Amino acid sequence: MFLEIITPDEKVFSGEVVAVNLPGTEGPFEVLNNHAAVISTLDKGNVKISESHNQVKNVVIDGGLVEVLDNKIIVLAEAIIG
Amino acid sequence: MPSLKEVRGRIVSINSTQQITKAMKMVAAAKLRRAQDNIIKIRPYAEKLNGILNNITASLEGSVENPYSEVREVKNVLIVVVTSDRGLAGAFNTNSIKAASALVNGRYKAQYEQGNVKFLCIGKKGLDAFVKKDANVISDYAGMFHELNFGSARKAAEFAMEGFLNKEYDEVVIVYNEFKNVATQVVKAEQFLPLVQESTEEQKSSKDQEIDYIFEPSKEEIVKGLIPKSLKIQFYKALLESFASEHGARMTAMDKATENAKELLKELRLMYNRTRQAAITKEILEIVAGAEALSK
Repeated sequence: MFLEIITPDEKVFSGEVVAVNLPGTEGPFEVLNNHAAVISTLDKGNVKISESHNQVKNVVIDGGLVEVLDNKIIVLAEAIIG
Repeated sequence: MPSLKEVRGRIVSINSTQQITKAMKMVAAAKLRRAQDNIIKIRPYAEKLNGILNNITASLEGSVENPYSEVREVKNVLIVVVTSDRGLAGAFNTNSIKAASALVNGRYKAQYEQGNVKFLCIGKKGLDAFVKKDANVISDYAGMFHELNFGSARKAAEFAMEGFLNKEYDEVVIVYNEFKNVATQVVKAEQFLPLVQESTEEQKSSKDQEIDYIFEPSKEEIVKGLIPKSLKIQFYKALLESFASEHGARMTAMDKATENAKELLKELRLMYNRTRQAAITKEILEIVAGAEALSK
């Protein structure tokens, strides 16, 4: 599935991934392939991007919003920390 | 007629001025391109955000209680004046300062006379102008154009929004230059808060293709979280527009200055050559007259 992380300043990440861990306001959750359509707000926290099973990237965001639809994940982050 | 040396001095000085204005024009053009890129960069974010916001508000039953659109009796006003840090940009800064002063003398006259209008100046030029007028100025965010990014713009927007929520200000207006194209900037005084509801036509069209989303937390909560985000984006966009306008204005101003210098140089060169020729003619005349006097 395809993941994009966008802030107003730049596109932070864009590419194919296997799994994404997101810091939802109601608690962290993981999105895998064929996840149902979701819109959720995000807290300040770490987004763990698994590009493949042994290749993991971490991006810390300062709150935001995520939309999951048809295996396309868009994270709108206010800012990136670090 | 000025002496040859004087004219030569002026030619040299105008030549170097022309070089400076030419270089400034070039620099402004490069910066303008970068500023335009920044405007394009926030587009995907802004569009997606508005898309989701419209999508949810369309599917919501009834309206959400929104503290940012609360209309109160206008007692305290915050005017955000966006100018640049540097001059030499034609009428760019004067225009937005004038527009802000017009607001104070027109719409907010009563509030101003009671001393209830505050100015949040972004950009040094506006800050200087309003400090000189002894206006009530908040200067914390003046140096933002040093390095303009969403992080710094956000803080200023949050300051205004918090002030509105805490009822320190009943209305917030942004005065800035909108970027039409390189040569034209339009001064705009936009009401930032309370939020003006946009037309609902767009929302209706998105209702047809409604997708069954899972909302986490509730729709209402998400909308509440989205509204400040979209406000901040609106604020940031105004700053970006102004930033691009600044460089556009500087570019045109410097282009005109270079052009004027060229014209002046042309005139001065003509004058220089004429003066020189006159001096030569005079010398020859003197020699001829002297020789003639001797031969007699």
